Amino acid sequence: MSDPTFSDVFPRPFEAQSSSFAEILRRTAPGVAPGWLTGRPMPEGLHEKLVEGTTILAVAYSTGVIIAGDRRATAGNLIARHDMRKIFPADHFSAVGIAGAAGPAMELARVFSTELEHYEKVEGEPLSLEGKSNKLASMVRANLGMAMQGIIVVPLLAGVEPRTGTPGIFEYDPIGGRYESTQYATSGSGSLIARQTLKFGYRTDASESDAVELCIAALFDAADQDSATGGPDLVRGVLPIAAVIDAEGYREVDEAEIRAHVDTVIAARTGQN
Amino acid sequence: MATPFYVAPEQMMKDRAEYARKGIARGRALVAIEYVDGVVFVGENPSRLLYKTSEIYDRIAFAAVGKYNEFESLRVAGIRLADVKGYQYGRDDVTGKSLANAYSQALGAIFMGDGKPYEVELLIAQVDGGESALDLFHILYDGSIVDEQDVVAIGGESDRLTEIMRQGFTTGMDLTTAIRLGRDALGEIAERPIPASDLEVSGLDRTRPRRRFFRIQEPQVAEMLG
Repeated sequence: MSDPTFSDVFPRPFEAQSSSFAEILRRTAPGVAPGWLTGRPMPEGLHEKLVEGTTILAVAYSTGVIIAGDRRATAGNLIARHDMRKIFPADHFSAVGIAGAAGPAMELARVFSTELEHYEKVEGEPLSLEGKSNKLASMVRANLGMAMQGIIVVPLLAGVEPRTGTPGIFEYDPIGGRYESTQYATSGSGSLIARQTLKFGYRTDASESDAVELCIAALFDAADQDSATGGPDLVRGVLPIAAVIDAEGYREVDEAEIRAHVDTVIAARTGQN
Repeated sequence: MATPFYVAPEQMMKDRAEYARKGIARGRALVAIEYVDGVVFVGENPSRLLYKTSEIYDRIAFAAVGKYNEFESLRVAGIRLADVKGYQYGRDDVTGKSLANAYSQALGAIFMGDGKPYEVELLIAQVDGGESALDLFHILYDGSIVDEQDVVAIGGESDRLTEIMRQGFTTGMDLTTAIRLGRDALGEIAERPIPASDLEVSGLDRTRPRRRFFRIQEPQVAEMLG
């Protein structure tokens, strides 16, 4: 009796992973799926050649969250990129910041955003923010093999719950532990430095503009002391990326506004005001 | 299905085709109409949540009539195929044509297989593909595939429905006019007016950013049709 299930692309009823893009990718295109998804180990010695380093952070404010990141990518002592993007919209109401090994981290962001969209198309409605954070945790956990070889991917997830507009921030540890923050979170080589700035500057009911400025200040301070984090590059005009997510959705703060905040922070730090 | 007696292949094919055709003709119809910004699907669907039309990918949509569980699994298979392809290559590399061909092969294999034929009829629509503003692919229960233009109907009495719509069709209609054309044609075939609450309206609008698929819920449909 032939069975019209030509490949794993045809859905079977009661499959627990039936709405997961990552699972379909792993089953139908294992050669294309990232190594952490299929469990392929990374060859030894590749670690030092990988592009790494970062500061990313997320801050909750009165009506939403801000997520921001610097632009530098390093490989050992070399600067590999001056203009790397580390903040990606995952869907209309959430965003991922990536820290750690850049290649695997960017793949993670790409698979994750495809996963969210796939779920929404199949199921007819988007995942809750909680659901998204759990799915991201399982992806980080899948990277455990590589994490143990030193190829670490540690994202931040920030967003609002689509149904209620309630903001949420989630940070992860290298083996997929998931931690919800109500105020702020940081990740990357500059994270401890950035966290100090956020600790002193954070206000629960801050305005969007004040919250963005606090993020820029924290990134500036991190870049000041962590060689793997890039400060605002006024020579090339490459500035940190900051995105706002509120009940209206994801939007990036435009460059002119970032530049204004950068100027304010520089003036404050260099005592010129 | 074990067949202890010999049945001529032609007879078997004819029986299977009739079985599928009858099943599809029993159901409610659905139409696709080209309008100025893309394509709109208008279908009679009293269900509030069990849809006959769906987004597949950025510029590709799916519409079906017939047996719900059968076309629902085809719908999910199409989304999976599109997302995997788009991930492997690029989002712009996913085409309605390749998806329609996949459905054609799938339905052809099902029709010839040991199980029963699927009682489904499908439409795949794509806006702004490489060469044309709108592609419409019509796939039948046995895998036959045809590309269509302007208007196409699937489901019960689709030929009559297509005729009626062709008479009312003009190029460059706005969305409300197109929806009205579909609703009126469906009503003429059904020989009763169809209320907005029984209409499923969705489509592809090329002016939207990235994801072109839209769905219009009942209150807004009622307001548009006046």
